[in-house]
Amino acid sequence: MKTTERKPKAGSAPSVAVTAAQPDAETQRSWLRQMLLIRRFEEKAGEAYSLGKIGGFCHLYIGQEAVAVGSLAALRGDDYITASYREHGHALARGISARAAMAELFGKAAGCSHGKGGSMHLIDASLGFLGGHGIVGGHIPLTTGMAFAIKYREEDRVAVCYFGEAAVNNGAFHEALNMAALWKLPAIYICENNRYGMGTALERASAVYDISERAGSYDMDREIVDGQDVLVVYQAMQRAVKRARESKHPTLLEIRTYRFMGHSMSDPIHGHYRTREEVEEHRKRDPILVWSEKLKADGLIDERGIKALDADVISEVEDAYRFADAAPDPEPGELWTDVYAGNREQGTGNGGVS
Amino acid sequence: MATTVVMEALSPTMEEGRLVEWKKQPGDVVAVGDVLAEVETDKAVMELVARAAGTLLAHAVAAGTTVPVGQALAHIGAAGEVVAAGAAGAAGAAGAAGAAGAANGRETTPVAPVAVAAPPLQAAGGRLKASPLARRIAADRGLDLQAVTGTGPEGRIVLRDVETAGSRGTAPSAPLAASRPHVLTPAEPAAAGSAYTDVPLTQIRKAISKRLAQSIGPIPTFYLTAEADMTRAAEAREGLNALGEGKVSFNDIVIKATALALRQHPACNAWWQEDRIRYWADVHVAMAVAVDDGLITPIIRHADRKTLREIGAEAKDLALRARERKLKPEEYTGATFSVSNLGMFDIDEFTAIINPPEAGILAVGRIGDQAVAYEGQLAIRKRLRLTMSCDHRVIDGATGAQFLRTLVRMLENPLGMVW
Amino acid sequence: MAVVTYRDALNQAIREEMRLDPSVFLMGEEVGVYQGAYKVSRGLLDEFGPMRVVDTPITELGFAGVGVGAAMVGLRPIVEFMTWNFALLAIDQVVNTAAKMRYMSGGQISVPAVFRGPGGSALQLAAQHSQAFESWYAHIPGLKVVMPATPADAKGLLKSAIRDEDPVVFIEGEMLYNTKGEVPEGEYLTPIGVADVKRTGADVTLICHSKTVSVALKAAEQLAADGIDAEVVDLRTIRPLDHETVLTSVSKTHRAVVVEEGWSFAGVGAQVVDVIQREIFDELDSPVLRVTGADVPMPYNKHLEKASKADPPKVIAAVKRVMYLES
Repeated sequence: MKTTERKPKAGSAPSVAVTAAQPDAETQRSWLRQMLLIRRFEEKAGEAYSLGKIGGFCHLYIGQEAVAVGSLAALRGDDYITASYREHGHALARGISARAAMAELFGKAAGCSHGKGGSMHLIDASLGFLGGHGIVGGHIPLTTGMAFAIKYREEDRVAVCYFGEAAVNNGAFHEALNMAALWKLPAIYICENNRYGMGTALERASAVYDISERAGSYDMDREIVDGQDVLVVYQAMQRAVKRARESKHPTLLEIRTYRFMGHSMSDPIHGHYRTREEVEEHRKRDPILVWSEKLKADGLIDERGIKALDADVISEVEDAYRFADAAPDPEPGELWTDVYAGNREQGTGNGGVS
Repeated sequence: MATTVVMEALSPTMEEGRLVEWKKQPGDVVAVGDVLAEVETDKAVMELVARAAGTLLAHAVAAGTTVPVGQALAHIGAAGEVVAAGAAGAAGAAGAAGAAGAANGRETTPVAPVAVAAPPLQAAGGRLKASPLARRIAADRGLDLQAVTGTGPEGRIVLRDVETAGSRGTAPSAPLAASRPHVLTPAEPAAAGSAYTDVPLTQIRKAISKRLAQSIGPIPTFYLTAEADMTRAAEAREGLNALGEGKVSFNDIVIKATALALRQHPACNAWWQEDRIRYWADVHVAMAVAVDDGLITPIIRHADRKTLREIGAEAKDLALRARERKLKPEEYTGATFSVSNLGMFDIDEFTAIINPPEAGILAVGRIGDQAVAYEGQLAIRKRLRLTMSCDHRVIDGATGAQFLRTLVRMLENPLGMVW
Repeated sequence: MAVVTYRDALNQAIREEMRLDPSVFLMGEEVGVYQGAYKVSRGLLDEFGPMRVVDTPITELGFAGVGVGAAMVGLRPIVEFMTWNFALLAIDQVVNTAAKMRYMSGGQISVPAVFRGPGGSALQLAAQHSQAFESWYAHIPGLKVVMPATPADAKGLLKSAIRDEDPVVFIEGEMLYNTKGEVPEGEYLTPIGVADVKRTGADVTLICHSKTVSVALKAAEQLAADGIDAEVVDLRTIRPLDHETVLTSVSKTHRAVVVEEGWSFAGVGAQVVDVIQREIFDELDSPVLRVTGADVPMPYNKHLEKASKADPPKVIAAVKRVMYLES
């Protein structure tokens, strides 16, 4: 198989919003609502976790809302998405209801994964939202596989992968991107660079600081994007989507953002590996704040309108909480279902007393 | 958070304990290991130690009360701490070993019920080995596996053995010879209007009743009586005691002789174990000691290997501590045979009740001058009557008789003990 | 019936299934242009083209993940590992994703992928190239583990595996590829989860899989000369294990010896023995014995290697023990 010669594209500086190509007012306001929904949902989830209603791990997306909202807004309903375990925001932005998401966090049968997945495995196949994965970097080859299937079937869908900057030093990242570029697959790899892989700052984990540089190893298109501006994210995503759908080339988007909470509920916000001052500094570019100011400046909403949106979102989240709290657990028999297609037990390992 | 002090299982068979006396009062500061109270178990009076440090909060249970193992007795916490009323009951649900262990993870004297300290199992004459298939087929055909010779490894009975045995047609084993022990007579009802005093059962009385009622019922017991001429033994004993290095009693001599006789007749040194008989390799002889309101049986371990002086010293010490209720569980559990002596009460002879799971017990009467035929003439000799109670499931008449004969010969011919 | 090599039987299975179902594709190292490292995929690139017979870079983790991702959205990949030793690199995708997507999603997503390649030892390939990992994969709920011993079983089982909705770990053997056997003409499937009695007998049951089947059959021949009639049960599928066939056989013979290739600790035989003693304890005239590979990394030296493997003399010795015969 001969590869065709292509000149590599240079990585660009953090993109600035192109004012001409903006979506309509309704859409722009809907982005604010979506980000607020994610924010309030995550806050509520944090509260539920400390009350013991959510168990195990809970990784909150607070501060990164613009990345999910802006990028998912540029996709179609039949595109495929995979994400890491910090995927509540992506799940909501993609269309999983707050009720279904909260119920899944609570482990109830009404959850989107029927209580069998939990916080790290929110999945809704009907929305093309294919998880929610727990192994750092482990899902990146899956997206390459989905993009392969799209090309195989000669479709024009796109496969998108969200991961953090700590996954890019992982073997799976390298293997997956290499194959996507080699075989020219319609994939978009979104690195949400929030500068910290759990407690390790990017500078301590990566020989090369600019994540997007890695695309150069695969002759892949790339951009560095300001992740706190939802419109900037949207437009960068549009470019990547066009490239994937029309010319079947993958893109690596390094979207620079910041998480305001700790890595997970067991991790402190600051003091451990980042200073209070640093966190406070980044809070000034809270994406919800940034977007609210922009909408107000453009006359698309006023303070009252924002408060009304927020109140509406809060009541949606409260409803989801109550719903999840009251919802029943899966039946005990559900322990054994969905292991295999036919649910066969005989001849498998069930010889131990259980 | 206060930690709960619970009634612990201080002996392997303890189900409840009586708090005899509090040694620490509310407000006292206690360290780990301090004695909090004295507790009477079914065997002895033991010390309950603190497993946490802090201030002893209120006593939940008054001195003199009997509580089940696991129930809360008190709390240890910070001075002035108030413990919720429910906590006392809640802690009681936990098993003693678990609660004690959970209170603090520190290593202290073992509290969990300890398996009976056991000498190693003897291989020969032990349990029956047969493959599952052979057992099933033997059962189907009504074959007694005891009568089948096994050709598998270590005598395992395998399919071909039961198949060939079946063709020879062995009969199932004969039913056990039953010898009815005397039945306890029911108590006379008190005459109407007469005075009486009810005394609640102490732990020790409860334990005795329970164990020995278990014994006299289901065990098919028979009795063998023999008389030993103790004249020579009496002279030997005087001579030994004149040496001045410790005193030896007749009971010590009987214990030693019993132990040696058990060595020669290991079939009597055994336990009934429901589906098998355990023949012990070592000999541990228990001696019955009368205590305040009952009896207890401390053990002379390896009695066959100890000298008379050692047995004498040990017996004295054990008896003393038994009366003071200061015996440790391993000192009164795990005997292979028992000896009970009522000679000091001028009893001529009596039958003792077997201490299950042991298979035999020797009842020793008094040594007294008797007129007997001796070497063809009438003579006054020191005579002793011994009665052995045997569990017929383990010891047959001849086996018991042989043991008793050996014992008598050793007593009559003391040098036979060092033969 | 045609006599076909094990290798060609596999080739036929893949070819037939790819013709029948356009969503089936093959990927792995050297499967295309090179015609397959062991020539199992000979001729397939020519017939189906590079989109369906995909040469991958040496990236087991990556391409296993690609296969799983493609399966999650409806394709039916056959992911070839050049050997199962290298597949250790891909185990995250097989165990953490393929085996679990259905469960974690509450039944929404299936992964109908086949992971196949040669496992176990060959000749003097040394420690890193001689390992049998079937018990590792058989341990995982959500996976099926299939190990055919004959060409007929290889073809029928691979076709079944490709059609199966669940991820299947399909372990072949380098030493089996050249073996020949009769393969039925026409379309046929061999069911997964069903063992096969390769030789009937009355005195003892030999339970085996993959390469040890021929070892067991050879031992049975020699035992017959001594008047011992051995029944040989080829498991064919390790997970789900066919309890019924195994238990029926041992209930008849009352004695069993498991012959396996891997190391003994927690090996396949440990599971077989558990099932037997748990279900038909009263049928046993002796404990079930296992003849396994030696519990050491595979040595290079020819004689040491031979000594480490299960062979007919070891099987015969075990049979004599379970029959309480002098050897």
